Amino acid sequence: MLARLASPRTGGLLALAVVIALLPLALTNKYFYDIAVLVGLNAIVCVGLNLLIGYAGQISLGHAGFFGLGAYGSAILASRYGWPPLAAMLTTTLAVAALAYLVGRPILRLKGHYLAMATLGLGVIIFMVITTEDKYTGGPDGIAVVPLSIGGFVLQGERIWYWVVGALLLVAVWLALNLIESPAGRALRALHSSEVGAEVVGINAAEHKVMAFVISAVFASVAGSLAAHYSGFVTPGKVAFLHSIELVTMVVFGGMASTFGAVVGAAVLTTLPQLLAAFEDYEMMLFGAVMMGTMIFMPRGVVPSLARLFQSRRQQPSSGEGSGT
Amino acid sequence: MKPMQSRNNFKRGLAAVAATFALIAGAAVAQEPIKIGSFLSVTGGAAFLGDPEQKTLELYVGKINAAGGVLGRKLQLVAYDSAGDAEKARTFTKRLIEQDKVDVIVGGSTTGETMAVIPLVEAAQIPFISLAGAVVIIEPVKKWVFKMPHTDRMACEKIFIDMQSRKFSKVALISGPGGFDKSMRGQCLDVAKKYGIDVIADETYGAGDTDMTAQLTKIKNTAGVQAVLNAGFGQGPAIVTKNYRQIGVTVPLYQSHGVASKDFIKLAGAAAEGVRLPAAALLVADSLPQSDPQRAVVVGYTKEYESHFKSEVSTFGGHAYDGLMIAVEAIKKAGSTDKAKVRDAIEGIRGFMGTAGVFNMSPTDHMGLDLSAFRMLEVKGGNWTLVK
Amino acid sequence: MSAQFTQYLLTGLTVGAIYALVALGFSIIFNASNVINFAQGEFVMIGGMATVSLIAVGLPYLLAIPLAVAAAALVGLALEKFAVEPARGASVVTLIIITIGASIFLRGLATIIWDKRFHALKPFTGDAPITIAGATILPQSLWVLGVTLAVVLALSWFFGRTLLGKAMLATSHNRLAAQLAGINVRMVLFLSFGLSAALGAVAGILIAPITTTSYDVGVMLGLKGFAAAMLGGMGSGVGAVVGGIALGITETMSAGYLSSAYKDAIAFVIILAVLFFMPSGLFGKRGGERV
Repeated sequence: MLARLASPRTGGLLALAVVIALLPLALTNKYFYDIAVLVGLNAIVCVGLNLLIGYAGQISLGHAGFFGLGAYGSAILASRYGWPPLAAMLTTTLAVAALAYLVGRPILRLKGHYLAMATLGLGVIIFMVITTEDKYTGGPDGIAVVPLSIGGFVLQGERIWYWVVGALLLVAVWLALNLIESPAGRALRALHSSEVGAEVVGINAAEHKVMAFVISAVFASVAGSLAAHYSGFVTPGKVAFLHSIELVTMVVFGGMASTFGAVVGAAVLTTLPQLLAAFEDYEMMLFGAVMMGTMIFMPRGVVPSLARLFQSRRQQPSSGEGSGT
Repeated sequence: MKPMQSRNNFKRGLAAVAATFALIAGAAVAQEPIKIGSFLSVTGGAAFLGDPEQKTLELYVGKINAAGGVLGRKLQLVAYDSAGDAEKARTFTKRLIEQDKVDVIVGGSTTGETMAVIPLVEAAQIPFISLAGAVVIIEPVKKWVFKMPHTDRMACEKIFIDMQSRKFSKVALISGPGGFDKSMRGQCLDVAKKYGIDVIADETYGAGDTDMTAQLTKIKNTAGVQAVLNAGFGQGPAIVTKNYRQIGVTVPLYQSHGVASKDFIKLAGAAAEGVRLPAAALLVADSLPQSDPQRAVVVGYTKEYESHFKSEVSTFGGHAYDGLMIAVEAIKKAGSTDKAKVRDAIEGIRGFMGTAGVFNMSPTDHMGLDLSAFRMLEVKGGNWTLVK
Repeated sequence: MSAQFTQYLLTGLTVGAIYALVALGFSIIFNASNVINFAQGEFVMIGGMATVSLIAVGLPYLLAIPLAVAAAALVGLALEKFAVEPARGASVVTLIIITIGASIFLRGLATIIWDKRFHALKPFTGDAPITIAGATILPQSLWVLGVTLAVVLALSWFFGRTLLGKAMLATSHNRLAAQLAGINVRMVLFLSFGLSAALGAVAGILIAPITTTSYDVGVMLGLKGFAAAMLGGMGSGVGAVVGGIALGITETMSAGYLSSAYKDAIAFVIILAVLFFMPSGLFGKRGGERV
């Protein structure tokens, strides 16, 4: 029992829960809560995306598309057609999962940069449809979304949302960690090192890649639905190519193949623009410089690089590479 | 660094400490500055809106302070760059309300950003003067939300009235990808019938497109087109105008108020000759007759802006000027920064002369401009001229 | 009908030529380093903006253009030296993120050095449209097509006939073997960034008189250039040119005959379809994965 608690997996989850529980002490007003909620939502997407990028080794430059489909699906069904928000979210999530499964099969046959291109193309197509079909989506100006209500209880205000998103983030991380430790997760990691090698030992590469793709799409879609209800408004900016890039950056920044890295990446890159806002004209330049600098000096991402540093201080590096699971 | 570097966290922290000491010392609370909050698209695709808007706000906050401030208090501008992103606009608005505790918000370069923050300002009950175009911002009327620019529907009406007077009834539409473009396209399609206009071709172009000859060729080959209207802003309309001349379309071309700046003529060059558009008198400040009641305001703003920034005025910066001046006027009238009183004072603004025209706010009209605020302009000899 | 078709074709060729130049830049860097350089579009921006500002201080085109190209090449070299080189050995995705960081940095820098407004550049030789078979084309479009053709010829001479070019080509085929054969692989990598930055700048200067230029003009052109390079097959020079032209023509034909609102989406659907059947693009290297 004690050993289990001390394992990095449970220990990390516990640490995250403590951080979420204690953070409100530092959140002195609604604006800080708002940033925390945005961090949480981005973190959910990144934890999912990390399964695809970090573990299965497949890149996606189109995940904002899934996030956007989730957001717009909820917005259109709940706000335009008056569906109960939860039913709208569930339907949307299932639809996104089905879509990801359908396109995932052919797309994931592509390798490396071609996969990047194909996912980028998918994202662009989703973006074009959403901006053009303004009858349903409100076009580039966006669409207002009703608040999330569950059986008469309306979820409104930053503080309630903070706890809801915090809890969901814990669930997402828990799911991801379990998946990674499962046989399927080991198969994924085998894929990452060598796809052919994995096939040789009998792993159905295609099926596992599609599974990671669908799961990451579902995480993005759910976060998108939640973001839409929370903000009360969606615009196509959240579906755009640049948002996809932002999401990938968060994952890589925090540390690929590190679930907690994904959370840290989301936290840093969501709050950074807020901190840099003080630099006015230099904001954009500094943001780019921080991105470049971090990746140059910590090419494995913040969390694994720091974990390694910490480990090597404590003891001589042992065999193998310390992964920051 | 600029003198009104109000976003500096460190400085703000110092200011907070100073303010605390001032309170303890029992100093006059009245000396606390009046905080004007703003979020503008200073970077991103709508930077050409946000950039002059921000410059205008900084310039005039400085000028007002140099002249002694408002109600004996200095103004403090707290401005953020929302980069055309509705999500950022929302977060920064929360920051303005919760963290910076501003007294009034003047900002929102684009309609998307404005619409995204409306629920926040309504809930926080803080007066908000938007600088964005679309009619949805003030229709239906929202208690705390006002807007400065003419609506896109008015632009359509002004253009259609001009078309009517030239006996045009069959018109082609070409519009860009942005919120402004799409919204104006929708409004124009809506009101076309009212003016006996038939829209017989409806083309669009994408973000960052480098060439629109394909769309224009299609329009050129549509039988019976008597005039073409381009709803858009930024570089798109300049390319449309150049391509228009290139493929030799001969019917008149109308642009929207979205390109109402000298920059448009510079970008489109000789191709801009003969293009018409509805815009505020600001663009033709110098050619207004001495008797025009708007002349003093627009000439004053033009001189001030151009001498300070060495670049030409646009109507966009003008909207920021109007927004700031109306906020200041309302605070003066209210005699305090009490949010409800300021809101009521804004709603009570009558006969206020701005760069966009005469503002007559009312409980049912939170913009307060009518069609007379628009002038029909035509490019002649490389300059804007009034159409008689 | 046929005049209309000719018009779409001419337009597509002009747009496509620009995409091709940007795509070539992507391919050259990819060949040398396996890096997808997402700052490629920023070279296009630097070319256009630098020329605008040099013309504004009174330089003639003949001086301004080489200077602007040189400036962009210097930025390219600096990017390699200070951002890509120190991260040697990092994973492909990490390198992508570094170049994205660089593109944001360069855009931010441009807003400070220059401004956020759109700028026009005078056409090289007037702007009286030329009529060809009922369609019209601007003299500047002929410049675009002509210079692109010249660049492509020069590049094929460079890679086929010069020692340096052959060294770059060899590096792209097999880095280790090239190194063993005495090629300074690091120098090749360094130069490839300079070369592709110069190419991007040329594209930016050629297109600026037609489309105007601004600090963020590189975002969309970079994206389209990337798509063109992938369509043609990343790393293939022929592929980049064919991919660029094909993308340009697809876009204008879709806008002309199908739907202008969905022209970009149609182009991407076609790219996806091509990739499904030819997973390495039209002219990409095929072959098994190394285990």
